[in-house]
Amino acid sequence: MDNLDLLVRLAWLLGAAMFVIGLMRMNSPATARNGNLVSAAGMAIAIGATAVLLLRDGVDVTAWVIIAIGIAVGGGLGLYTARSVAMTAMPQLVSLFNAVGGGAAALIAIEEYLSRSSGDIALDTTVFVVLDILIGAITFTGSLVASGKLMGLSFTPSRPVQVPGGRLVTIGLAAIVVLGSVYLFLGNESVPVMLLILAAALVFGVTMTLPIGGADMPVVISLLNSFTGTAVAMAGFVLNNVVLIIAGALVGASGAILTNLMAKAMNRSVMNIMIGGFGAGDSVAGAGAGPGGSVRELGVDDAAIQLAYASSVIVVPGYGLAVAQAQHAVRELAELLEERGVDVKYAIHPVAGRMPGHMNVLLAEANIPYPLLREMDDINPEFERADVALVIGANDVTNPAARRPGSPVSGMPILDVDHAKAIIVIKRSMGRGYAGIDNELYTNDKTGMLFADAKEGLANLVAAVKGL
Amino acid sequence: MTEELLANFTIFVMAILIGFAVISKVPATLHTPLMSGANSIHGIVLVGAMIIAATAHDSVGYLLALVAVAFATMNVVGGYVVTDRMLQMFRKRPSPPASSSDRTEG
Repeated sequence: MDNLDLLVRLAWLLGAAMFVIGLMRMNSPATARNGNLVSAAGMAIAIGATAVLLLRDGVDVTAWVIIAIGIAVGGGLGLYTARSVAMTAMPQLVSLFNAVGGGAAALIAIEEYLSRSSGDIALDTTVFVVLDILIGAITFTGSLVASGKLMGLSFTPSRPVQVPGGRLVTIGLAAIVVLGSVYLFLGNESVPVMLLILAAALVFGVTMTLPIGGADMPVVISLLNSFTGTAVAMAGFVLNNVVLIIAGALVGASGAILTNLMAKAMNRSVMNIMIGGFGAGDSVAGAGAGPGGSVRELGVDDAAIQLAYASSVIVVPGYGLAVAQAQHAVRELAELLEERGVDVKYAIHPVAGRMPGHMNVLLAEANIPYPLLREMDDINPEFERADVALVIGANDVTNPAARRPGSPVSGMPILDVDHAKAIIVIKRSMGRGYAGIDNELYTNDKTGMLFADAKEGLANLVAAVKGL
Repeated sequence: MTEELLANFTIFVMAILIGFAVISKVPATLHTPLMSGANSIHGIVLVGAMIIAATAHDSVGYLLALVAVAFATMNVVGGYVVTDRMLQMFRKRPSPPASSSDRTEG
């Protein structure tokens, strides 16, 4: 190891250390942005050091051209999509970035295996090559399907899709992987067998993700994120590169913890999510028949009067608000009410939006100060004292049926919206939420339904409140 | 097990434990940005993709390396930019000019 080699390795170590510090700083809203920048700086150092190493090794021109084109194309695409994506569509973009990361890790192992195939490959290299290809390929297709489901593409519908042959297909794919791996581990070198394992893993990524419902996608994306980290660590073993091992293991482990936290916030276990989609079972049809009751429709002017003469209002935003891009409209209404002396707060369910914490991002984007955004356990006791609860595009997380057993949403923590003195629900129709059941809140005597698109309904309310 | 492999494995296990320790108590507010932030970190695979590009010596190798470099760069650049976009929105108080101008428009 000469001096330059040593410097490059120290730079890699510095980069890895900055990843850890960056993640630590992302634990609190006040330091999170700075943490991300620290992590990005660590990445720049690690990549710069690699370029220096390649310069010293006298890499030929073709390699530099490939690296330059790859960075230009990938960087351009990444920059463009990250800048232009609407905040509502952000989960699917994260999943897409995850897919390409996993794909890159798998490609590294494939190329390494192909280029060494003629010579002798040590057993431990083969083991890591197979693991890298396996995990990387599963993440690649799995994340693409997850992303497609969130985008609502027709060939990847957001509802759970049963794969024909289901378990048999899975067992078949597992058999291919196990037999192929054993064959390679026994000391045989075979490119076709390696490609067969790759193909099985690619198919498995699809069949694993398709049966899971759209509502559970955030947890799946987080899990696949953890997988990619692991695949990158395996690529580190293949290339004998420490910074890949550290960063990959770090993401693999932190991603696993985060996945668990997310699943807990939804009151589900990770296993339960992976095995069956939400509302995929037969129980749905039976539980669908909730207690009947009539729905009271509310006019815009009545709703405006209720809100304007209340002393405290709790806004319950849901995904419907996000799709309608109504974050700014809700802030405008809240500011009008505050001017009239109404106390306005926001009740944020842990899984409001498409991912845990997603709603906070969307409301923060509309310039709503985050101390006003209250978490579920904190705000639930306050609903009793609230004059009006204004539910905008939220459904399952407000369904009182969750308190009773025997419904698909049973046991899910909910916002105690029904405890408020009056409830106004802005919703386009009586359509059902992800759980596919009727919401008993809508037939409550205290509830008035304002049928409108979230943005349009809020705009009408703003106009009506101004006219009072 | 070679000494080199043993050293790598030690680092691997320690890094896993650090990963567990770092993410202990995160408020649900930050789950999404944190996931996106961790997502950018595995873009470090770009280092591996560059090394592969340097050692490739046939057209298949060049093609694989090109795709790997492009994929990894997209992961790095996109990941950090989108995370930053999310996090810059977390403010304690709204910035006064933005909110007042919006209000007069409405």
